[in-house]
Amino acid sequence: MPEAYRKTLIRQIAQHAHSEIIGMQPEGNWISRAPSLRRKAILLAKVQDEAGHGLYLYAAAETLGVSRDQLLEQLHTRKQKYSSIFNYPTLTWADVGAIGWLVDGAAITNQVPLTRCSYGPYARAMVRICKEESFHQRQGFEALLTLTRGTPAQKAMAQDALDRWWYPSLAMFGPPDTGEQVSGGHTEQSMRWGIKRFSNDELRQRFVDMTVPQSEVLGLTIPDPDLRWNAERGHYDFTPPDYDELFRVIKGDGPCNAQRLAHRVAAHTDGAWVREAAAAYAAKRRAETEAA
Amino acid sequence: MTSEWPLWEVFIRARRGLSHIHVGSLHAPDAAMAVRNARDVYTRRGEGVSIWVVPSDQITASSPDEKDAFFDPAGDKVYRHPTFYEVPAEAKHL
Ligand SMILES: [Fe+2]
Ligand SMILES: [Fe+2]
Repeated sequence: MPEAYRKTLIRQIAQHAHSEIIGMQPEGNWISRAPSLRRKAILLAKVQDEAGHGLYLYAAAETLGVSRDQLLEQLHTRKQKYSSIFNYPTLTWADVGAIGWLVDGAAITNQVPLTRCSYGPYARAMVRICKEESFHQRQGFEALLTLTRGTPAQKAMAQDALDRWWYPSLAMFGPPDTGEQVSGGHTEQSMRWGIKRFSNDELRQRFVDMTVPQSEVLGLTIPDPDLRWNAERGHYDFTPPDYDELFRVIKGDGPCNAQRLAHRVAAHTDGAWVREAAAAYAAKRRAETEAA
Repeated sequence: MTSEWPLWEVFIRARRGLSHIHVGSLHAPDAAMAVRNARDVYTRRGEGVSIWVVPSDQITASSPDEKDAFFDPAGDKVYRHPTFYEVPAEAKHL
């Protein structure tokens, strides 16, 4: 395997795994405050799925000869990144619905093509993940639908969540393919290697085209005065997200970057005694069986 | 302590009558925990009725680099397949 291909895959899969794990935090924030037992059970299952996604992906990255400890170390010391979307706060219950609908929806748009990427362990992890993401998106849509069919205050809460999550969701597809803000990214190389199959703007457009009709079912208004169907292109025209903001958040200057990472590091540190105790117990049992 | 829990390969039987199939891997301190973790990681939606875990370092694999030479003996033996043989159409149930 060419070294550059291996390195690129490790970086991408690790970033993806870190996003799943960090992504548990914004929604985990609402588990204890979910409005009903049904919603609480659903949210617990969803957050547990995200932990599972992280594990599938860490395991896929490990097949490339990097250890789990190394990967976590890179996350904790900011050498590897995670999706910038998880650096935004979840202020109301409607945010949980908006995340399922928009953030998981955008993730699905990004991930479905990866089920056919050139590296088998990554592609197979993506197959499992995509199956589970579909539940995530639908439960979020349903939660928002319940709010939009509720009281005026509930509908307003749903609209407020859409207003705050729309552009960060569009930014999840990364920098644009053309113009000044094209980052010195890896798109072209990754496409040649079969790791990436569609460009950022193609995927962003696909997401917008899919999501606008859904917003109409919800009876919510996407916060973009220039959003309209372009019959000539066969696509919606829309305002791109603020890429300067995206780069700022990636660099560490989002509303919750410090909090998310501190929480992750604390969870890891606080859990050390459990890992050590389990390993010590296993060693003791092994010694006992060998002695017997 | 910085040493990682050992790695296990996970095999799952989806239903009675099917064989166990490799689904992925995970870290666990011992075999019993590996089985429990495998249940939580790989069968959250009733994907299995039986789980095997095998320490990854106990698996011996054929070498990917020698794939062509290693599997070459079967390459020129088309006569091992039933479709190699031509029989008259009126000979039924063959
Ligand atoms: Fe996920
Ligand atoms: Fe998800």
